[in-house]
Amino acid sequence: MASTYEPIATTTLGSGQGLVTFASIPATYTDLRLVYTGTGSATIPFALQFNNDTGSNYSYTLLYGTGSSAASTRGTSQTEGYVGNVWTDQNTIIVDIMNYSNTTTYKTQISRANSAGNRVAAWVNLWRSTAAINKIDITATGGGSYQTGSTFTLYGIKAA
Amino acid sequence: MATTFELISSVTVGAGGASSIDFTSIPATYTDLCLVFSLRSSDGSDYCGLKFNNSSSSFSSRQIYGNGSGAGSTTRSNNDLTAVQTPSSYTSNTFSNNAIYIPNYAGSANKSYSRDSVFENNGTNAIQTLEAGIWSNTSAINQVTLVHPSATFVQYSTAYLYGVSNA
Repeated sequence: MASTYEPIATTTLGSGQGLVTFASIPATYTDLRLVYTGTGSATIPFALQFNNDTGSNYSYTLLYGTGSSAASTRGTSQTEGYVGNVWTDQNTIIVDIMNYSNTTTYKTQISRANSAGNRVAAWVNLWRSTAAINKIDITATGGGSYQTGSTFTLYGIKAA
Repeated sequence: MATTFELISSVTVGAGGASSIDFTSIPATYTDLCLVFSLRSSDGSDYCGLKFNNSSSSFSSRQIYGNGSGAGSTTRSNNDLTAVQTPSSYTSNTFSNNAIYIPNYAGSANKSYSRDSVFENNGTNAIQTLEAGIWSNTSAINQVTLVHPSATFVQYSTAYLYGVSNA
């Protein structure tokens, strides 16, 4: 039987970096899952750019709880896709990228971004492109970095 | 290739109920753990506790929740309200659903985890919770326990522990 859930690639940082890239992503899966755990040099974004697209083709909606209040916010026409924040304490982000390899629909991502010391959040991001995703850049915009020991793993999920 | 998402162990509660559900001797050979469980209580409890390595210490979390009439967010500095279960007085045959994802459970950093929990029973009470949790302990996790606070998980409550490998 074909394997449904397969690791594609994993990166564990040996030093702080502001950019992590998954390239040459095969088009043979149905969905992708990106799992991150680690720390940041400060509170920094966990933002995605697909296929080198730096245009204003991303938008997001966010639901979050701070521990004292719940709120929601959104951003449109962004130059990168926000799916979480990374904090200085150990935190976890899980991003599901559905139907990433089709060439007929825009690409939606949903994520759970968690920092027990700061915020629990659910994000949805849209990349307005019908292109199949073959490259993902994970960027900590604003000058921060993902710290040593942070791990990023990309899994492929097959529907058949 | 090794199996990426593999069942480590499962528990289905029998007729006598269970005051806890315990996964022991968890091998360190996976990358992440995923615990998926469905619970109903023998009393009015709607939450239960979580332990790692039989420890209740060093847990903290931040939650966002909705109950059908309002939403809010809380913090906790312990592990006693870490997952939901359907109380005994609620619609029969309904059980909660929970999933906890623990990345790098065998690593040497503190253990952050993500929890999603719901119960819905076609009544006026329901819970949906998203949680960011952390066990501030650098030990590898080799035991995961769900603990009822006062009574038992009833028959047909289930829990499945999966290992996820990134290679």
